[in-house]
Amino acid sequence: MTKTEYQVVGTRPVRHDGADKVTGRALYGADFQMAGLLHGAILRSPHAHARIVRIDTAKALAYPGVKAVVTAADFPPAPDKLVDFGEGATPLAYVRGNVLASGKVLYRGHAVAGVAATSAHIAEEAAQLIEVEYEPLPCVLTAPEAMQPDAPILHDGLRTAELGEKAQGRSNISEHFRHILGDSKKGFAETDVVIEREFSTATVHQGYIEPHNATALWNNDGRVHIWCSTQGSFVVRDATACVLDIAQSRIRVTPMEIGGGFGGKIPVYLEPVAALLSRKTGRPVKILMTRKDVFEGTGPTPGSYIRVKIGATSDGKLVAAEAYLAYEAGAYPGAMVGPGGMCVFAAYDIPNVTIDGFDVVVNKPSTAAYRAPGATNAAFATETVIDELAEQLGIDPVEIRLRNAAKEGTRRADGPKFKRIGCVEVLEAVRGSEHYQSPLEGPNRGRGVAVGFWFNVGLPSSCTINVNADGTVNLVEGSTDIGGTRTSVAMQAAEVLGIPVEDVHPSVVDTDSVGFTAVTGGSRVTFSTGMAACEAAGDVIRQMKERAAKLWETVPDKVEAGRGSFRCNGHSATFKELAAKVGETGGPVVGRATVNPRGVGGSFSAAIADVEVDPETGKTTVLRFTSIQDAGKAIHPSYVEGQMQGGSVQGIGWGLNEEYYMSRDGMMMNSSLLDYRMPTSLDLPMIETIIVEVPNPGHPFGVRGVGEANIVPPPAALANAIYRAAGVRMRRLPMSPPAVMEAIWSK
Amino acid sequence: MSKKDTELKPKPAPESGKGFSRRGFLGTSTAAGAVGSGLMEQTAEAAQGAGGKGITLAGETEITLNINGQPRKVTVEPRTTLLDALRDRMEVTGAKRVCDRGTCGACSVIVNGKVSYGCTMLAIDAQGKRIQTIEGFGNHPVINAFVQHDGLQCGYCTPGMVVAAKALLDRNPRPSSQEILEGMGGNLCRCGTYVGIKQAVAEAAKELRGGRNA
Repeated sequence: MTKTEYQVVGTRPVRHDGADKVTGRALYGADFQMAGLLHGAILRSPHAHARIVRIDTAKALAYPGVKAVVTAADFPPAPDKLVDFGEGATPLAYVRGNVLASGKVLYRGHAVAGVAATSAHIAEEAAQLIEVEYEPLPCVLTAPEAMQPDAPILHDGLRTAELGEKAQGRSNISEHFRHILGDSKKGFAETDVVIEREFSTATVHQGYIEPHNATALWNNDGRVHIWCSTQGSFVVRDATACVLDIAQSRIRVTPMEIGGGFGGKIPVYLEPVAALLSRKTGRPVKILMTRKDVFEGTGPTPGSYIRVKIGATSDGKLVAAEAYLAYEAGAYPGAMVGPGGMCVFAAYDIPNVTIDGFDVVVNKPSTAAYRAPGATNAAFATETVIDELAEQLGIDPVEIRLRNAAKEGTRRADGPKFKRIGCVEVLEAVRGSEHYQSPLEGPNRGRGVAVGFWFNVGLPSSCTINVNADGTVNLVEGSTDIGGTRTSVAMQAAEVLGIPVEDVHPSVVDTDSVGFTAVTGGSRVTFSTGMAACEAAGDVIRQMKERAAKLWETVPDKVEAGRGSFRCNGHSATFKELAAKVGETGGPVVGRATVNPRGVGGSFSAAIADVEVDPETGKTTVLRFTSIQDAGKAIHPSYVEGQMQGGSVQGIGWGLNEEYYMSRDGMMMNSSLLDYRMPTSLDLPMIETIIVEVPNPGHPFGVRGVGEANIVPPPAALANAIYRAAGVRMRRLPMSPPAVMEAIWSK
Repeated sequence: MSKKDTELKPKPAPESGKGFSRRGFLGTSTAAGAVGSGLMEQTAEAAQGAGGKGITLAGETEITLNINGQPRKVTVEPRTTLLDALRDRMEVTGAKRVCDRGTCGACSVIVNGKVSYGCTMLAIDAQGKRIQTIEGFGNHPVINAFVQHDGLQCGYCTPGMVVAAKALLDRNPRPSSQEILEGMGGNLCRCGTYVGIKQAVAEAAKELRGGRNA
């Protein structure tokens, strides 16, 4: 690709929604108000696993101020079927079961009933008046335990999909898959060093600071309007339609501003309940979660048990590798172990690989995506084993990775061959960085590195661009803006139109007002919705050429357009001048596009961590941290850096502190932000960033999505740093002070 | 619920194992929370009249809060927090409810010149105090600094951050790097925008000193 001079792409304009958000005027779901609004509350299970014998709502209904109560019995009868909202097919019964429990509760915090009342206080009090008789059952909380033949069974009807075949007999394993490349047994026979280790990682939460919320109005005409905080307004529409068994066209979802998601705001939790309550009351119903509800009732990311075995020759060539990944799906299947299996060795060119993955249900909240879901757990295992191999072979840890780095043409064990990727360039940037080159001195200090991969999912996006007579444009999109994508998408439209980005006014609109657009997830918005914006802008240019041709009495093909001006036979007009004449040349100009890109390149990311471990307390202090990532082309470099810093901060939290601390009977003991320790500014160094740009051939500007890969390497980089600081190999996450102390004592 | 609706309601006995409820706690601790406020006599009288134990007040009363220099009347229950009074009853929604436990700082407001968590103060305890919310900041340089230096990502913690930053700069117009970190240490940003936040606060400080580094 030749080096191109861009006017807008690669600059750092102020975000369009900056003033709204900084002044507190931006409206998030919890800020939504409406005349006649009722407030809802959810009754949640106190048991991790129990049969629901009886539910009596009479006392709650009689409580003054209460307007309605709903349970799973209020769902319309509908035959079970497979439904897919962009994250794989799943039985409708599971989606419904997680919204309101039916028959059994499968985790503590499982929603059982919903109440609507004239105030949130009354709704909460009334929820406690609902009498639920439970028959408690034994619970199982980890994948290895749930896989035992005598383990308590969560779903009587669940049969293992064993290498593609339905197995006989009840089980908590919903799926066992295997990827084979070459012959790992034979491969190990040709190696000089083999290292095999086992790992476990705790359940962690995305921790988005805005709790889930939903307001629904079931109108007299049978149409339902939902206002909520979501990563995918169309997912909410389609999932709610399935759960309530109504046509999707009867639901309109208005996405409010979203206070973080990181993968966790894709499933529906409150929306169908608010809708049912609204149908019963004829009034709008708003439900907000508390922080405890968020921890106990929404999808965290899976805890996991992992074994990784890697063999190399004495010159550091990786020859064979095996992985065993057992991920906790939580109460319903879908642990994201699939992507874990695709990513576990994705950074390396290894000829002989076997990967076994197990999706295991346990009595914890049903898991959801979390930033590169499945990949961080897997990379923690692989990247610490690679570090050990490097040490045993006496090779620099970056050098061993470079010698084996995946590149264009490398086949992953799950099948696909990589197109142009930037793994080598990222590792070279690590080696050449001032951070890696500078010495780290002092006692109890160590430096670690790691690399990770995540995909750049395509999926559909739609966009329209309306040209205003004053030469500005309104850009209409369906991708909810979690981290600045209004601006990064608008910048791409501005570049194509040749106008300043300030002249593009982006709006994220409701599901009635824009074409289907898939979730904000999979690092796809700047990539995919950006592509839709480019094509819609191209459509505008095409129409503007027609208008110019009309004015200048020529044919559109003869009109040249570029950098915001149109020229032909000595005539010329700026975009602004031509926009002023759209009325007289045929009426409004509206550009539109839909895209569904496939087979696009993913992003590699690396981390360098310097730590100091206190030998008295086991506390790890991060002294310096650098995130390196291939952005393809950074549209707005500050936002790319922001994603890299964000992924790093979350990866540091995951690595050092965060976990669901569970009692034996399945109660989360730390369901508050005081006890679930997420890093604050006092826990962190200022995260440094290095953007690498290896253009993605599948995007007009070469964009690779950057939202996720950056969380993959930090826990492993920290583990490798802790080893050099304290002499202990950490194989369990989090590497909290007690865990490090225990490792030091048993050295 | 109207103001006249001040009858005592029997509190349902919580079932064992249902766990701790913040509102439940605030409900049962009403009498303690109301001490020192205009509600004290009414509360004590009501509690006695109903026989005390296991009884909570669900009654509402009108109080006056000084919000951004304006006296504003609002009807609250004794257990209503300052945050809920602002958000749910006064349409002042810049402060956000995130942890509801005084840990994250998203509900920060300035009370008598000191940054405070709106979720850990009862509305009735805020009577007679000067309450500044982000809605009253106007064109304060800290606002512009957060916009220009991109001290945000999703924006949900941002109003709390801006309030904490203003409170810091009000009392220390020349904060060192470490003092900025400490001043902002009570606020959580899950998007991890601490680099931008720190820069925004430093730039706002410079702006407040008239654009000089000195």
